[in-house]
Amino acid sequence: MKEIILTPAMRMLTELLEQRTGQILSENRLWRIETSLGPVLRAHGLKTLDALADAIRADASGAMGTQAVDALLNNETSFFRDAHIFALIGDQLIPAAMRHAEALGREKQLRIWCAGCSTGQEAFSIGMLFQNNRARWPDWRIEILATDISHTAIARARSGVIPQMEAQRGLPVSDMLRWMEPEGDDWRISPAVRGMIDFRIDNLVAPQAPTGTYDLILCRNVLLYFTAERKRALFSALARYCASGGALLLGAGETTIGLTTDFTASPEHRGVYRRVDPA
Amino acid sequence: MKNCLVVDDSKVIRKVARHILESLDITVSEACDGREALSQCQSGNHDVVLLDWNMPVMSGMEFLQQLTATHSSRPKVIFCTTENGLGHIKAALDAGADEYVMKPFDRDTLESKLQIVGVL
Ligand SMILES: C[S@@+](CC[C@H](N)C(=O)[O-])C[C@H]1O[C@@H](n2cnc3c(N)ncnc32)[C@H](O)[C@@H]1O
Ligand SMILES: [Mg+2]
Repeated sequence: MKEIILTPAMRMLTELLEQRTGQILSENRLWRIETSLGPVLRAHGLKTLDALADAIRADASGAMGTQAVDALLNNETSFFRDAHIFALIGDQLIPAAMRHAEALGREKQLRIWCAGCSTGQEAFSIGMLFQNNRARWPDWRIEILATDISHTAIARARSGVIPQMEAQRGLPVSDMLRWMEPEGDDWRISPAVRGMIDFRIDNLVAPQAPTGTYDLILCRNVLLYFTAERKRALFSALARYCASGGALLLGAGETTIGLTTDFTASPEHRGVYRRVDPA
Repeated sequence: MKNCLVVDDSKVIRKVARHILESLDITVSEACDGREALSQCQSGNHDVVLLDWNMPVMSGMEFLQQLTATHSSRPKVIFCTTENGLGHIKAALDAGADEYVMKPFDRDTLESKLQIVGVL
């Protein structure tokens, strides 16, 4: 493949992205940097990436930089992405966390953190999964914190409105009928599911939103483009917020192996990493 | 290899669906209305039917009703239609459809629905 020559403006923008979010642009996204930033250019009547770089430097509020960073983030997601992981959550991880909580005499409540939740589908999927199984867990509550650095993604997640094209991606039609309502051409998540989730703008480079500890942390398809150093820092932050006996779920192609001793790969379930209790 | 019967009166839709399905390693046959689809179902052994609603000669709904009435074991049926209203979706499920795809659709949607019905 032809090597990409970065212009000074492109370099400035990719550095800004790395600095703020830890994300390094993959080669195929680097090829599309101009396309990704097109909407930001148009919104501000700018013609070129050079003009955008200048505008970011001139903008003391930092808002311009935030918009550019937002546009460069990969927000790809879908309902029940990697469906077997959600089956595992419902069949094994949630019941195990409940048994663990009961053994400790804790109240009947689980806490789950979706770190890097994008437009919300991952958190909504857990909400639906929980509601579908209400009868199995009658007096339990689940509290879901869902965070992302992207302002636009969190705004969409909070609205609970999903465009039709995305509404059916990964989502069984039975769940769609049960947990969504049509709204024009879009679909709105029902209050029963939306109400389980607290969506917050938060940066995983230095998380502020989580409180206490979580029984289950999902951080999937987020750290693929972090440097090893950033991954190490992130895993120690995640470990701080992971309850004893809790688990971390990563995306396919992501691992803690060789990067932290705070989590260890579950021997029986791929993608699941157990919190190792501090000695 | 799995088999899918694509039933749609639009040649363009059949072509798009075929392209996606073949990229998922699924063998495709085509029918352009419900009647033709029924006769293909007599002979063929399809794993799944991707079914348009509005077609001349015989609609997708009529096809589904007749298929269900005459076959004890039938392929999975995924409606794929521009009829995107709640009423239609519910009617399709009541008639025994296994999944529902609202047009326009893309590869990811179709792939995920095929996974949901257990064909992939
Ligand atoms: C590809 S999406 C994955 C969404 C979801 N977890 C899934 O697996 O479907 C990655 C998300 O991580 C977010 N992200 C990237 N860097 C982040 C950071 N430093 N802090 C918080 N979120 C970040 C992006 O904005 C994006 O929404
Ligand atoms: Mg038609």
